[in-house]
Amino acid sequence: MNIQLEINNKIVEAQQGETILDVCKRQGLNIPTLCHIKEVFPTGACRMCVVENLNTGKLVTSCSYPVEPGMKIATHSKRVAEARKVIVELLLSNHPDDCLYCARNKNCELQDLSYNLGVRERRIRGVKNNHKIDTSGVSLVRDPAKCILCGRCVDACSRVMGVHAIDFINRGNKSEIGVAFDKGLNTSSCINCGRCIMVCPTGALYEKNHFAQIIEAIDDPKKHVVVQYAPSISVTLAEEIGMPVGTDVNGLLNAALRKIGFDAIFDSSFSADLTIMEEASELIHRVKNGGHLPMFTSCCPGWVKYAEEFAPDLIDNLSSCKSPQQMMGALIKSYYAEKVAIAPTDIYSVAVMPCTAKKFEAQRDEMTHQGITDVDAVLTTRELAQLMRMYGIETDQLEPEVADSPLGKRSTAGKIFGASGGVMEAALRSAHKMITGEEMQKLEIESVRGMDSIKVAHLEIGGIAIGVAVVNGLGNVAPLLEEIRNGRNDIHFVEVMACPGGCINGGGQPITMDMENVKQRMQGLYRIDGNETLRTSHNNPDIIKIYEEYLGEPLGEKSHHLLHTHYQKREVLV
Amino acid sequence: MKALNQVFTNYKDASPDDLIPILQDIQAQEGYLSEASVREVSSFLHLPASRIFGVATFYNQFRFTPTGKYHISVCRGTACHVLGSATVLEELEKKLKIKAGNTSRDGLFSIEVVACIGACGLAPVISINGEFHAKVDRNAIHRIIDEIIAKNAENEDNK
Repeated sequence: MNIQLEINNKIVEAQQGETILDVCKRQGLNIPTLCHIKEVFPTGACRMCVVENLNTGKLVTSCSYPVEPGMKIATHSKRVAEARKVIVELLLSNHPDDCLYCARNKNCELQDLSYNLGVRERRIRGVKNNHKIDTSGVSLVRDPAKCILCGRCVDACSRVMGVHAIDFINRGNKSEIGVAFDKGLNTSSCINCGRCIMVCPTGALYEKNHFAQIIEAIDDPKKHVVVQYAPSISVTLAEEIGMPVGTDVNGLLNAALRKIGFDAIFDSSFSADLTIMEEASELIHRVKNGGHLPMFTSCCPGWVKYAEEFAPDLIDNLSSCKSPQQMMGALIKSYYAEKVAIAPTDIYSVAVMPCTAKKFEAQRDEMTHQGITDVDAVLTTRELAQLMRMYGIETDQLEPEVADSPLGKRSTAGKIFGASGGVMEAALRSAHKMITGEEMQKLEIESVRGMDSIKVAHLEIGGIAIGVAVVNGLGNVAPLLEEIRNGRNDIHFVEVMACPGGCINGGGQPITMDMENVKQRMQGLYRIDGNETLRTSHNNPDIIKIYEEYLGEPLGEKSHHLLHTHYQKREVLV
Repeated sequence: MKALNQVFTNYKDASPDDLIPILQDIQAQEGYLSEASVREVSSFLHLPASRIFGVATFYNQFRFTPTGKYHISVCRGTACHVLGSATVLEELEKKLKIKAGNTSRDGLFSIEVVACIGACGLAPVISINGEFHAKVDRNAIHRIIDEIIAKNAENEDNK
């Protein structure tokens, strides 16, 4: 049913059930919001989005107020403007004045609002709270002093990810966001995904930084510093260096890394190809030999920790394959070290990842063998951009370069790992070849692409019926796990990516809450897949070579030693 | 944990709405909400621990440390406030080196702030293990606490 209402003296149409904010946005009216997340039921907690209801004379929160017929709304009246400004001034009244030292300086919604609404003096002085910074987590740092209690991180953690490690604790002016029993993040159920960072409007949440160690290693002539970058980085870095969303800057990325001083540059899409060889073989092995099914992917460290905490009964269903980051790390300090005749202890291995949970993954006990860690330090996309600025790298001065050999050549199957459904699609392309001996006729598997929360497909490959499911966003995994526990058996292989959209929207990516941006990043990856000719992992010549020269065969002894691991139940307060 | 199961049997078809009564029952039984009991409630009601802790810290009535052997309730109602209960509380906290809501390290004392004990004629009033002490001031606090410590030491010696 269509409703008519008046906004700023103009008659506009709206649907029953829409909020005032929805309609205003469609009209191109810019109403500031803070606590609002599009995908989550509005709370109206911050009151930033107030508009004036001229019929009642009241200020109402447009994000949560449904439209009514005959409503008269003013979005930028004097009263509204003053109210918004006071709201910001109140938020600033107990906020630390240390923008210059803040992780989110120049990329802060509170800073923007304060600037846009013309706050130029401190009129309201509140008592500063005396919260401690929580640095206990491996990946994330929480600075409650900068928190404005908008609650977006709580929504992201509980409703989007289904983890609910944090919530509002205490009340009134003692309110803060924290974990159960006011402990550190490290003992909580936090999966380090960084979803909270992506939605935080201020600098209250940020990733733990390892610049000092990395810079020291680069500066140390005795250290051979190797860097790998995840498949999604080449399409998301663009935003950080002022290029259109979703642009592939792979060549510039290689050039920039070389200029920073990394001795060798490898593409994790190569080890993604390797993951596919191992994982597809593992799947076929499980299907043929009655192993634990369905098999879950284990590339996503957020999901792996979630499974250890919330689904320990299904741990045997996790693929034993290490993630591409860890496979690459293991190969750099074995295969590559042998090739270049450098001791593994003299190699410093850095990974550029779209993900904060990768920092956690890199330091897991399972990822260190005889004192040699697979990966020594992890940088997020945001941190890489920061490092480039620190090293004074202007991308418009760079010529595109290629990654190094022998771990730098990839197929586009490894590349699409960065998008939800990509691992599944890549695995099926190779599984088809492994089962039937023939290439798939049509390589695109549309049913596992896109932004749907659960994508299911049933296929027949060489007479074997294979059911696959793709979970896009960790909040959607619990119902599927429950179905599996209750005996659902038509699914054999499940891809789980914690972040909605996959790694292109990972917690280490350029900050955005706009899913349109995420879709463009996704298209960027599929464009690469559409444009190139090497589109299957098993046809990657460097993959063929590494099996011939070094690994033997998928699931072989060397693979087992270097590329596989196991996970176990984790006792935390869930 | 057997004790909690007894609490849970009173809540057939429990829903998250039953959280607060359940926490009250547990506290009545155990004296406080331990990490272990929160864990139990979490799996009983299918609620995350952070949510339970969030709800529990919203209300003044829940505590997360065991009460001391001597549990002191300090009335902060209007009449007591007017007659100086803020000073009483401050003195008590200084004397016992703990804050309201906490328990002393030796487990002897704990302090709780209550809204009104309902004995305004005795203001400012504190209650120690249910025993009322009327019209207390700084000096009275020291006397009362010192007496308890002495009595407690005597009892320990006799054992």
